[in-house]
Amino acid sequence: MTAVETGFAESESSESSEPSESFETSETSESFESSESFESDPTEAPLELVTPQVRRERRRPRGLAFALRALGPIVILAGWWTASATGVLTKDLLASPPDVVRQGVDLWRSGQLSEALTVSLGRAGTGLFFGVVVGLLLGVTAGFSRIGDDLLDSAVQTLRALPFLSLVPLFMVWFGIGEAARIILIAVATTFPMYVSTSGAVRNADRKLLEAARTFGLGKLATVRRIVLPGALPALLSGLRLSTTLSVIALIAAEEINSTAGLGYLMAQAQNFSRTDILTVCILIYGLLGLAADILIRALERVLMPWRAAVGGTR
Amino acid sequence: MSIAVQATGVRREFDGRVVLGGVDLEIRRGEFVALLGASGSGKTTLLRILAGLDSPDAGEVLVPRQRTVVFQEPRLIPSQRVLGNVALGLPRGAATRETARAALAEVGLADHARAWPATLSGGEAQRVALARALVREPGLLLLDEPFAALDALTRLKMQDLVADLVARHRPAVLLVTHDVDEAIRLADRVAVLGGGRLVLDEAVSTARPRDESDPAFAALRRRLLSELGVTPAGQAVAA
Repeated sequence: MTAVETGFAESESSESSEPSESFETSETSESFESSESFESDPTEAPLELVTPQVRRERRRPRGLAFALRALGPIVILAGWWTASATGVLTKDLLASPPDVVRQGVDLWRSGQLSEALTVSLGRAGTGLFFGVVVGLLLGVTAGFSRIGDDLLDSAVQTLRALPFLSLVPLFMVWFGIGEAARIILIAVATTFPMYVSTSGAVRNADRKLLEAARTFGLGKLATVRRIVLPGALPALLSGLRLSTTLSVIALIAAEEINSTAGLGYLMAQAQNFSRTDILTVCILIYGLLGLAADILIRALERVLMPWRAAVGGTR
Repeated sequence: MSIAVQATGVRREFDGRVVLGGVDLEIRRGEFVALLGASGSGKTTLLRILAGLDSPDAGEVLVPRQRTVVFQEPRLIPSQRVLGNVALGLPRGAATRETARAALAEVGLADHARAWPATLSGGEAQRVALARALVREPGLLLLDEPFAALDALTRLKMQDLVADLVARHRPAVLLVTHDVDEAIRLADRVAVLGGGRLVLDEAVSTARPRDESDPAFAALRRRLLSELGVTPAGQAVAA
């Protein structure tokens, strides 16, 4: 009996003891006491059994996901529309959705919009390209080699802290008021998010994989290309997202530098004539550009990381 | 004895491939069952269903509310110290810390409470995983090839440790393994999964501690191996 009790007391010690239950259990086991010692004690008490609740990821229909994603913008649009229709938002504050659509179509037909878009996208794209490449190179260097980290990191982090908008006047002095100043401004702005994401992810590369690579005689470049960069891809793509957004922000600032074409120019003109409809068209286009970039990067994720989709399923 | 696991007609398919084709399994409280099977025979799938990590396509599963799993890899959280890993998910407080410390002492790692998981050896990490599983006093302990990644010497020590801890805490145990000797040494009952069903399910009657030189041990070993498709010829040489 004592052996039974101690065994039981031990197994229940973590919980606050409930005298009634423990008494009951030790009584039931008493009748089995004569049998082998490991066949006795609390295992006789009936155990409450349950059917396990499985948290299983169900595949949602594609349409539902799309509908849910569209819901947010639709709510905003509906709010804007009602506010305009009920007169809460007057025309001199913000044009109504139908006016904006009409103006957008007009601008497109006249060729002004498509021209502005081409010019602006060209600037943003070129700047983004250089910014991302430089950020990637600096990030890999700082993340992969200790000497690179020592040399680069504090310098880049200091530069990163400068608000790039404050550089606009300086850039005008250095690079003139031409195209170069605008593209360099966008490139500088987009370098830093890419640098931060890349250096962090590269620094956290899987040590075991790096070790394995070394035993197979992979060189430094091959190691970066085959192991470090694929491992860092998720972080690289989120860096790219930040950079893309920033490229549009920098674009607006850049197009304030004495420009004669582009979305920023179109906006400046609209501002001069208090055309809220044109302003709204431009703002919406900025929003759509951001959305398009996001969709593009999502697609890029699927293309660049096929091994991720492979483990998304069962097991 | 009362029942701890009652699985009837458990079916599971992956992309049309039947892995479990109607498995019946009953484990009593405090019973140690070893589940053997060739690679890909669905052992782990059955264990995951009992753990509640996967759901069967058909069939019924009844298990205790409190169940814990020790996986093949320790699966310790790198950002938590050893003690934090053991106390994971338990209510915070001094009492919990003491319980966790006691569990660590049971697996012989009392002085590693403040260590980071990354600094442990494979065997130590697996002992922490074991302590983490036992500290909750589970009604069902699920062991998914917990010794497979360990070296032979550590494995033997771990087997003794598990036998000792299970004898003390008396949870129902399902040990999934591909090691026939390990199954016979530890279990009260061995079952073999093949072709999506239990093709063999019998009690191990050899007295403990079990010795490989025991003829009954050798006979059971032979039978299990032949069920698993290992040719008796090679077996005869080894014996």
